[in-house]
Amino acid sequence: MTHEAMTAPAAVPDPMTVHPVSIRRVVWETDDTFTLFLDLDRLPRPFQFRAGQFNMLYVFGVGEAAISISSDPVKSHTLAHTIHRVGTVTSALAQLRKGDMIGVRGPFGTSWPIEEGSGKDVCIIAGGIGLAPLRPVMYEMLRRRQEFGRVILLYGARSPLDLLYRVELEQWGKQHHVEVIVTVDRGDSSWKGHIGVVTALFSYIKLDARETAAFVCGPEMMMKYTLDELERRGLPENQVFLSLERNMKCAIGICGHCQFGPEFICKDGPVFRLPDVRRLLERKEM
Amino acid sequence: MQAKPFSQNDSDSSLSSASWWHVLCLPEALLDFSRSPPTHIVALMLTIEIEGLRRLLGILSSRGYLLLGPTIRDGAIVFDAIRSVEDLPSGWTDLQAPASYKLQKRDDGALFGFAIGPVTWKKFLFPPRVRLLAAQRDGKGFTIVAEQHAENEARPPMAFIGIRSCELRALGLHDRIFMDGEGSDPTFRALRESTFIVAVECLQPGGTCFCASMGTGPAVEEGFDLALTEMTSGGSHTFIVRAGSGRGEEVLRELGGRETANDEAARRATALECAREDMGRTVAADRSWLAMAFEHPEWDEVAKRCLACANCTMVCPTCFCSTVEDSTDLSGEKAERWRRWDSCFTADFTRVAGGNIRPTTRSRYRQWLMHKFSYWVDQFGAAGCVGCGRCITWCPAGIDITEELSALRAPVIHSPRSAS
Repeated sequence: MTHEAMTAPAAVPDPMTVHPVSIRRVVWETDDTFTLFLDLDRLPRPFQFRAGQFNMLYVFGVGEAAISISSDPVKSHTLAHTIHRVGTVTSALAQLRKGDMIGVRGPFGTSWPIEEGSGKDVCIIAGGIGLAPLRPVMYEMLRRRQEFGRVILLYGARSPLDLLYRVELEQWGKQHHVEVIVTVDRGDSSWKGHIGVVTALFSYIKLDARETAAFVCGPEMMMKYTLDELERRGLPENQVFLSLERNMKCAIGICGHCQFGPEFICKDGPVFRLPDVRRLLERKEM
Repeated sequence: MQAKPFSQNDSDSSLSSASWWHVLCLPEALLDFSRSPPTHIVALMLTIEIEGLRRLLGILSSRGYLLLGPTIRDGAIVFDAIRSVEDLPSGWTDLQAPASYKLQKRDDGALFGFAIGPVTWKKFLFPPRVRLLAAQRDGKGFTIVAEQHAENEARPPMAFIGIRSCELRALGLHDRIFMDGEGSDPTFRALRESTFIVAVECLQPGGTCFCASMGTGPAVEEGFDLALTEMTSGGSHTFIVRAGSGRGEEVLRELGGRETANDEAARRATALECAREDMGRTVAADRSWLAMAFEHPEWDEVAKRCLACANCTMVCPTCFCSTVEDSTDLSGEKAERWRRWDSCFTADFTRVAGGNIRPTTRSRYRQWLMHKFSYWVDQFGAAGCVGCGRCITWCPAGIDITEELSALRAPVIHSPRSAS
């Protein structure tokens, strides 16, 4: 580093500044979903985030997409984002290979309040790509496994081939005393597990409602049915947390796109305590 | 430019009189002279004539400010760069009604004798297009060659000549959005802090104004460096100038002027009171009921008229939504990111992978109105409407937001939607 650069005043961090980083590894999780592992060596500061936060990922000349961080918050040398190839930017991200570069801004938004589950049972309910922002929660809880009572993961995907993190799902169940129950909408000839919506899995577990915290992420319709089910099972509303998704351009609450009633999903969320958004969720086209 | 008489002109007398503000006078018993001047903020108050205004512009120019003010272009009064008093719309006024805007000559030579035009001051601090980033391909990667905050360095500081109270309040709302939170915008911050504010009070409300009921005007009370009140009566043409900041006072001392007479101050108060009384539209102060009107049948009714054209959001001084556009040059070697104004009425505004959150005009109009009058209060502690009336004037369908609020307040007896 030159003398000039060292003595230059520290720049005020601009939340709109894009930081170029290299792709260390690409792992295809399913036909249309892949995980990008990023090399953080080029970042000006160590990257710290909390489970549930997201980054804006920029593809040169194409644009940005808001993507949850799916890696372990304590592993600071790398950063993983599991991405569903569905729009222009995510399709461009899917073209990239090891050594290619993308831009990163973040982390943004609220995080899963893991401490709310401390001393309690924790029930995680995920649908599809919704498991990605919850994986850092699993890492965190498994590291502090004795702080929690039962850890239950109910996970639904479209088909057996759409299940994310299959190896880890098995590990969590076998090695860490996690009750992992998986279901798919459509089975195939090799599938011996459950078939049906994720809410059907509640009939296989008995929740101690007063002593359970629930973290929910998935398609909005799946979350609505899940919230109804949790209510039916007597979970107090303030022990339920969910992560919402909206169109986002800035991630810092100034572009207006992600507004959900009075909430800005990007800075007041994406993780909300249920009572804060319950009424809003009931309103169509909010 | 054709100065056509307004078709339903009921304000002829107020325009033709040399002392038009006199016509609007109230019985003396209703006047509270103690309101004027609001002494808690007035550090220095002087009266100048038109030559004084000319000198004021000169002083600001010599201090390096780019002068921005009202000027006539394409049959409307817009805000743009001005060089001198000659560029101001001398002797013109605007006649406004839902979906209607016309300029008309007035006979007193007033420089600020109009209400507001289609252009808002926000475009100077929150520009319609801002480059966020320029990047250059570099092997397998890319490097950032320009960032947003660096774009502001070459800009001269601006002086806003003739900003009205409603728009000063709108600027205050933008301060909270662009400067207070974590989402501080480097462009807004850099431009805002250096801008010199010369406000002008409205003694004649526009045809669609409702600032009095929103508590945002017509008197200029805060957030200015200098405030002008233009007085055209009895053949004289003067400006009361008040300083509202340290640098405003410094400029006013350099400018000089004669002491404002008591009767001038009293006439200002009278005229402001008349302007308040003369405003044709009102919005009720209690809007807490609006949050419960989410399924009101009026949303269907207004959606039949609304074209979702986004005009209201473009002319609104508080609307702050933006989107980002990415592009490359033909070689694919250079990329840029630009932020540009966006509107909650556009089809793509809420598009996500799973579909469009607000696919209907009904839900988009509802979002716009409820944001202004309900959500904004939760987000930023005040309503997001300052009562300037532009959205009424510039709506091609003539939708009147004050009428919509009244209709939404009507109790729902029965409707197919709410019954289903």
